[in-house]
Amino acid sequence: MRALHGIDLEVRRGEALGLVGESGCGKSVTWLAALGLLGSRARVGGAVRLEGRDLVGTPVAELERVRGRHIAMIFQDPSSSLNPVHRIGRQLGEALKLHRGLDGGAAEAEARRLLDRVHIADAQRRLGDYPHELSGGMNQRVMIAMALAGQPDLLVADEPTTALDATVQAQILELLGEIRRDSGMALVLISHDLGVVAENTDRVCVMYAGRIVEDAPIDTVFEAPAHPYTKGLLAALPELDGARRVLTPIAGVVPEPWNLPKGCSFAPRCDRRVDACEAAPPLPTLREADHRVACIRA
Amino acid sequence: MLRYLAGRLLRAILTIFLVIAFVFFVLHLSGDPAMMILSADAPPEAIKAFREAWGLDRPVWEQFLAYLFHALQGDFGNSMRDGRPAMQLVLERVPSTLAITVPAFALKLLIGIPAGIYAALHRNSLADRLTMMISVAGFTVPSFVLALVLVLVFSVQLGWLPSAGSDKPTSAILPIVTLGVAGAAILARFTRSAMLEVLGQPYIRAASAKGLQWRKVVVEHALPNAAIPTTTIVGFMVGTLIAGAVVVESVFAWPGIGRLLVSAVSNRDLAVVQAILLLVATTMVTANIIVDFVYGWLDPRLRRGGTRGR
Ligand SMILES: Nc1ncnc2c1ncn2[C@@H]1O[C@H](COP(=O)(O)OP(=O)(O)OP(=O)(O)O)[C@@H](O)[C@H]1O
Ligand code: SF4
Ligand SMILES: [Mg+2]
Repeated sequence: MRALHGIDLEVRRGEALGLVGESGCGKSVTWLAALGLLGSRARVGGAVRLEGRDLVGTPVAELERVRGRHIAMIFQDPSSSLNPVHRIGRQLGEALKLHRGLDGGAAEAEARRLLDRVHIADAQRRLGDYPHELSGGMNQRVMIAMALAGQPDLLVADEPTTALDATVQAQILELLGEIRRDSGMALVLISHDLGVVAENTDRVCVMYAGRIVEDAPIDTVFEAPAHPYTKGLLAALPELDGARRVLTPIAGVVPEPWNLPKGCSFAPRCDRRVDACEAAPPLPTLREADHRVACIRA
Repeated sequence: MLRYLAGRLLRAILTIFLVIAFVFFVLHLSGDPAMMILSADAPPEAIKAFREAWGLDRPVWEQFLAYLFHALQGDFGNSMRDGRPAMQLVLERVPSTLAITVPAFALKLLIGIPAGIYAALHRNSLADRLTMMISVAGFTVPSFVLALVLVLVFSVQLGWLPSAGSDKPTSAILPIVTLGVAGAAILARFTRSAMLEVLGQPYIRAASAKGLQWRKVVVEHALPNAAIPTTTIVGFMVGTLIAGAVVVESVFAWPGIGRLLVSAVSNRDLAVVQAILLLVATTMVTANIIVDFVYGWLDPRLRRGGTRGR
């Protein structure tokens, strides 16, 4: 079964990029594929270039040196992303040993510093805790600290706050922004919430059924969205200035990856559809230098 | 912690008591030992005398209380066959049984666990399918059938190993292999599914994502977690060290507890049957307690009386 269909995505140094789309459209798979984390039964084609180096087809040993050190990833469910049988300190130490060669006292001091960095109070004590002794928000902070241990160029945050409650969500996003400003690390924020992405990134890629359908700076997306799906997402969003408005969710559901329409995969739900839409999947085309859309009527 | 321990001990004692009581009443209400020991056509006076001598003429509950009273003082009655203390008779057989069950247990661990881990790590490979096929065969074939096949091959055809008895050092090999193979098969399956379950957990992907080598991910993040469910079945196997070889001991005429149990049951040698089951219940319960503690040690989420709360 084919989950992705030609993802063309570029992240520039230090940039904050959002990746939005409904559940199942392939946001996570895109990054797991790039890092070779889909398991041995998945086939990945194309090229994933890191500073000119292609990661697709590279030996696992080489990918392991990229993971965590160049590209770190944090996940949706922080509490189950940490191993329940090992202490926080040990799991942090593992990353520090791996990426920075730190051991013993030096590793512990650095682990403490990292927990401080992600604003976990009482770091020393927390190092001795097990994940189940921490709240979900705290565990996500630990995951972020662990990602920072490798001093990565890029942090991919895969829906880092969906499992957390609203106030904690805001805190985690703020923390990510703060770290990015301080360290110059690039951030890819995966979310199904365009609002969250708008507040935390500069550019957004909208995904639909395994394809990127629109790629543009945040302002452009809000002021002049071109793809009907993006417009649909915007219509489903409450006004940022608080004005009340009826939300109009997009009718219909995402097609199953094994049952995609022959032409534009959004066609069954699109209100601008014409016969030509069903001929072949529309190719992404540039409208402006920084604005790319895959829709024949855009 | 102390309260937990006390509660655990109390439950263990209660379990053992219930087993004793159940076995006692079933045995005493299900047939007359006098008939078996003396034969059915013995003169009525002899049978009467026998029953009086062993207290069988008194009400069952009275016999039970007497049994308990003596048992608490370490007296578990005498064998009706040869008059010797039943517990002594039973304990004499323990080393012989352990001589096959302990090596078989080692065999189960040494084959079953690595095979299960390997199969899980190479899921759907040829090796995995082969392992699982052998494993299914290993535990669907009843142990007496396996025993007979092994005897046919290694004793009858090849003449390498004795088919029964315990007189030669090589006599133990076939019983050990028979016991070990079935257990290894079960353990392999169990370990495999425990590993697969763990390998599908988000923390495995997260550990890989942070750059850890796959070998380290397996050793440090999958094995310790998969050990938790596997402990259950290993603990159960420890519990069967005493009485898990009944069939195999019978087939190979191995003079262990299992064979003693079979003959004691068919002879209605009540005190001996009681003593064996008491021993079995005690090992099972002890194994259970050990499993509980191993759980606590392996899984911090289950740890009681930890140093700090949430
Ligand atoms: N390991 C995998 N190998 C191959 N395909 C996968 C794998 N994991 C998920 N998929 C498939 O890829 C498609 C996209 O899934 P993905 O998890 O990327 O969606 P998503 O956009 O991240 O959704 P969500 O918002 O629910 O996280 C799904 O149809 C899914 O079944
Ligand atoms: S190509 Fe056609 S169907 Fe697809 S989004 Fe554009 S207008 Fe709608
Ligand atoms: Mg996802």
